[in-house]
Amino acid sequence: MRPFIQDLAAKHHFQPTRLLEMLREIQARDHHVSNEAVELLAEALRIPRTRLIDAIEFYSFFSSTPKGRYELRISDSITDKMLGKDALIDYLSEKLRVPVGGVRSDGLVSLDNTSCTGMCDQGPAGLVNGHALTRLDRARIDRIAGLIERQVPLAEWPSEFFHAEDNIRKPDLLLGQPIAQGEGLKAAYARGLNQTLAEIDASGLRGRGGAGFKTAAKWRFCAEEAESERYVVCNADEGEPGTFKDRVLLNAFADQVFEGMTLCAAIVGAKHGFLYLRGEYLHLYDKLQTILAHRREAGLLGRGILGRNFDFDIEIRLGAGAYICGEESALIESLEGKSGIPRNRPPYPVTHGYLGKPTVVNNVESFFAAAAIAVHGGAWFAAHGAEKSKGTKILSISGDCARPGIYEYPFGTPARTILDECGAEDVLGAQIGGPSGTFISNREFDRLLAFEDLATGGSFIVFDNRRNILDIARNFTHFFAHESCGFCTPCRVGTSLLRKQLDKIYDGYGSAGDVAALDEICRLVKTYSHCGLGQTAANPVLTTLARYPEAYESRLKKISYEPGFDLDAELETARRLANRSDAAAHLSQTGE
Amino acid sequence: MSKTFTLDGQPIPFSTGQTIIDAALDAGVYIPHLCHHPDYTPHGSCKLCSVIVNGRVCSACTFPAAEGQEVLSHTDELNEDRRRITQMLFVEGNHLCPGCEKSGDCKLQAVGYYLGMHDNHFVHFFSPRKLDASHPDVLLDLNRCIFCTLCVRASREKDGKDVFAISGRGINKHLIANSASGLLKDTDLEASDRAAHICPTGAILIKRTGYTTPIGARDYDHQTIAEVSLERERETHDG
Ligand SMILES: Cc1cc2nc3c(=O)[nH]c(=O)nc-3n(C[C@H](O)[C@H](O)[C@H](O)COP(=O)(O)O)c2cc1C
Ligand code: SF4
Ligand code: SF4
Ligand code: FES
Ligand code: FES
Repeated sequence: MRPFIQDLAAKHHFQPTRLLEMLREIQARDHHVSNEAVELLAEALRIPRTRLIDAIEFYSFFSSTPKGRYELRISDSITDKMLGKDALIDYLSEKLRVPVGGVRSDGLVSLDNTSCTGMCDQGPAGLVNGHALTRLDRARIDRIAGLIERQVPLAEWPSEFFHAEDNIRKPDLLLGQPIAQGEGLKAAYARGLNQTLAEIDASGLRGRGGAGFKTAAKWRFCAEEAESERYVVCNADEGEPGTFKDRVLLNAFADQVFEGMTLCAAIVGAKHGFLYLRGEYLHLYDKLQTILAHRREAGLLGRGILGRNFDFDIEIRLGAGAYICGEESALIESLEGKSGIPRNRPPYPVTHGYLGKPTVVNNVESFFAAAAIAVHGGAWFAAHGAEKSKGTKILSISGDCARPGIYEYPFGTPARTILDECGAEDVLGAQIGGPSGTFISNREFDRLLAFEDLATGGSFIVFDNRRNILDIARNFTHFFAHESCGFCTPCRVGTSLLRKQLDKIYDGYGSAGDVAALDEICRLVKTYSHCGLGQTAANPVLTTLARYPEAYESRLKKISYEPGFDLDAELETARRLANRSDAAAHLSQTGE
Repeated sequence: MSKTFTLDGQPIPFSTGQTIIDAALDAGVYIPHLCHHPDYTPHGSCKLCSVIVNGRVCSACTFPAAEGQEVLSHTDELNEDRRRITQMLFVEGNHLCPGCEKSGDCKLQAVGYYLGMHDNHFVHFFSPRKLDASHPDVLLDLNRCIFCTLCVRASREKDGKDVFAISGRGINKHLIANSASGLLKDTDLEASDRAAHICPTGAILIKRTGYTTPIGARDYDHQTIAEVSLERERETHDG
């Protein structure tokens, strides 16, 4: 163990910021991070062992006790469930003789649930030793079980098990005309960097990760900071259930995304960039490294980019299973090798980001669009879209529709158009923007996709009339309770209380007061939580409760309060002593 | 010190870089808090100090004071919600106040009294939590830990050690001690460390000192937490 850890630490230059990478390698080799590994690595990196223990316990893909040599994780998201995930995991559990959440006694295989893996258009999905599995069904599970029993190495498994389709169904402005390698940077230098920033400003581009902050303004703030060192970070964490467009952009258009990052670096004056790639997208890692290498050879990364006095390079860092790391300040903490706990604001990342230096964090699609704007100009982009939402938005559509996949629409498109084009029928409603977004019912399909109406990071999940509202709200509520980082009281305790309270109603043990209690917890979690996770964690309940109160009420006991004993019988002694038997001396169970 | 903001309508002077809570404390106004102590880097996790700054909810312990800010703190709504947040902390852990050696000296309990908390309101988690009695002089009872990280910060910032850390995610968070065995006895904690005395609850206790001050004669038996806080925390802050 000692030489392995020593080599590992040396390979990562003894940099504690690279802790996650090191833990990933240990986990991949040993299927857990042992106490011994913790001690040796802490010593090599000269950091307290508690920092390692915290990281191991924080990230879902690390474990302090041994997992199987084949670590299986099955996505527990709502679309996977709609595709029969629950029966499949039971089948898998039976077939491999391993309980869900457990390890088989011979240590060969372990089985767990995991949050959305970003394969929502080709689920039920899962992971084996971090590699994505798509389109699971019984036949495929039979074959996987066989391979595991025979201990066939992953490299020899049929490649179709891991195949991820891009499923680009409707290209528009951006997906329809990708730029050539280097074209964006050349155009920017030809026009002038300041002028290019002005074009991005004129394009009206707003961040595609959900919050919609103006991209040009973010870049300008960062450029104006007095510090000399700056960073550009591409947020490819994409953890919002139902979102997978960044996966497709990185698989099919990575060059253009890297071009956008490099453009940003040229404008703000950064030398270092990071692509923070969610652990679930490990399958993209090698391919992306190759593309970076090509860009270096082509003089588009590294020293003296395009023969100019401009040095910039991009490093890929992998996450390890934590939705909260998509939140930009948690992402930065994670890049620094820590657990993903959102920072206090102010200060904001543009002034105090990675290692305290000015940092731009943008979504994959934002960089992708910025590169195209550098080529085609701001007016080209601004000519499309809505008043306050310029250009187009790339959507990941999944759920009950004939053609799940990637669609690009101008902002301002009504939900109805989108539903028609993806082949959705008999629709109950749609979840826009993932669990943290809004549920719209079938009476609201004229609403528009835009920051001024339905804002979204890209998740668009369709539900048809076979589906139950409470199943949906419950799945999302459990998701948030599982993914809360636990830093602040209202979210740490509140999301768990919300889960318990909703389950009580779901399971038929609720009475009228329980819906009011549910509502109160929602308000507390939403109002007082530290970051966007907690502030939106109650949305699934709030948006469905507002639209379908009857779905909740139908599960309630019909009395307003259900005592655990017979109130009237308890008064018998008192009545005898008082020598009364009139009507006023009797109580009925309340609420009937 | 010429700059001011208003807190519940009252002008509060502050110096540049000061947080709302510290400026308020200096001006003699108590804002309920548990994870904050002016001697340590602000943390912002308990959310008891939530105030409304120009219409937005902010944590007074991390939010910088600014000229002309209008801050609301002592409103019925905020105090009711603070009571709920305190109740969340009570049901998350296992707080058996009548049997706790810290009763009467406990900030969590005192804040509960201050906010008029008469029951726990929420369902209890009853989560199994550890007790570490291995250290000769210090007892660690995680049933009462509220993850304020004051011990973590005190150990790092004042004792120059790194005895404690909070580990894990979500509701599974827990306090860990920095030793290969995980036991407190194998850390370099000493009973005279600041970290051993800063805990606002009874999670970290000094052994053989229980009941030296009898119940009835303890800090919060005489004074509210607002009075104690203004007296003590201002003192340390000025010093
Ligand atoms: C809990 C949470 C998760 C988030 N996840 C992502 C994500 O996966 N990808 C992303 O781009 N932004 C995510 N965000 C938003 C980021 O914090 C940030 O606003 C965004 O990366 C900024 O980039 P943009 O301006 O290009 O949208 C998340 C925010 C929160 C609160
Ligand atoms: S709101 Fe939730 S996720 Fe955000 S900091 Fe608080 S506990 Fe963590
Ligand atoms: S042990 Fe006490 S001081 Fe330390 S985090 Fe827990 S409650 Fe806070
Ligand atoms: S992977 Fe299943 S919903 Fe995303
Ligand atoms: S005192 Fe401010 S959040 Fe705890």
